[in-house]
Amino acid sequence: MKFAVIVFPGSNCDIDMFHAIQDELGEEVEYVPHTADSLEGFDGILLPGGFSYGDYLRTGAIARFSKIMAEVVKASAAGVPILGVCNGFQILLEAGLLPGAMRKNRDLAFICKQTQLKVENNTTMFTTSYEKGETITLPIAHGEGNYYCDEETLSQLKENNQIAFTYHVDNPNGSLENIAGIVNENGNVLGMMPHPERAVDSLLGSEDGLKLFQSIVRNWRESYVVNA
Amino acid sequence: MYKVKVFITLRENVLDPQGTAVESALHSMAFEAVRDVRIGKYMELTIEKTDQNIDDAIKEMCERLLANTVIEDYRYEIEEVVAL
Repeated sequence: MKFAVIVFPGSNCDIDMFHAIQDELGEEVEYVPHTADSLEGFDGILLPGGFSYGDYLRTGAIARFSKIMAEVVKASAAGVPILGVCNGFQILLEAGLLPGAMRKNRDLAFICKQTQLKVENNTTMFTTSYEKGETITLPIAHGEGNYYCDEETLSQLKENNQIAFTYHVDNPNGSLENIAGIVNENGNVLGMMPHPERAVDSLLGSEDGLKLFQSIVRNWRESYVVNA
Repeated sequence: MYKVKVFITLRENVLDPQGTAVESALHSMAFEAVRDVRIGKYMELTIEKTDQNIDDAIKEMCERLLANTVIEDYRYEIEEVVAL
């Protein structure tokens, strides 16, 4: 499986993402600059964390208009697995590929720490290697992770089982219904604030993030074999 | 030329943690009468006159970029000025 790590001006988790895929997951991966106009040949797309365009105006608001995003939108419609972490999640929200928006953290502070998450849905292509209800530990590092959507959207998220991860016990940022990660209606786009790519080796304090990437590969292989 | 002023605020039903913090600071300054503080953004745009309707153009700018209508409301004022 060949992954693309999209690099925006101000991305700073692109190298962690690349390392997670190449060295821990053992799959192919390439950096793709925000100015590229094709994602041809990639089986999965990763939008890394960071501060694209310095978070000017709103987080992700400017990056959403980069050239590459038109290709990400096309890939999303074609069912390609797309993972946006932290700033990547914020970009997916601004691009309208996921519903809702981010507000500043409840306590206005930038939070950088390990968090406990609960796997709410283990049937998405990103979460099948986890148990349903499993508690995992992933780090967060953000100032705007306070997820919000209107009531109608929230009931749709619940109805379609689109809430993939929630904060367990302690909600660090005030997000609605403790939401930490959601998928789109199709299930091929996941946005999450916690960083699975920073938790792929016990040396880093947790390896709970690795199963997320393993899920993508496993599900991609299965659908590839079925469709071949 | 047009001078356009755009005002962006969090929607009423969206909690404004910055506004809440500022409100409590004002209370501690003994301005207990302050009931609500909402923090927003203010932008000034200078726009050349073209064939495109200025209202339509500003609305599109606000809807697609300047505001995130999931959590923000916007309003604007257009003033026609003589180009220098």
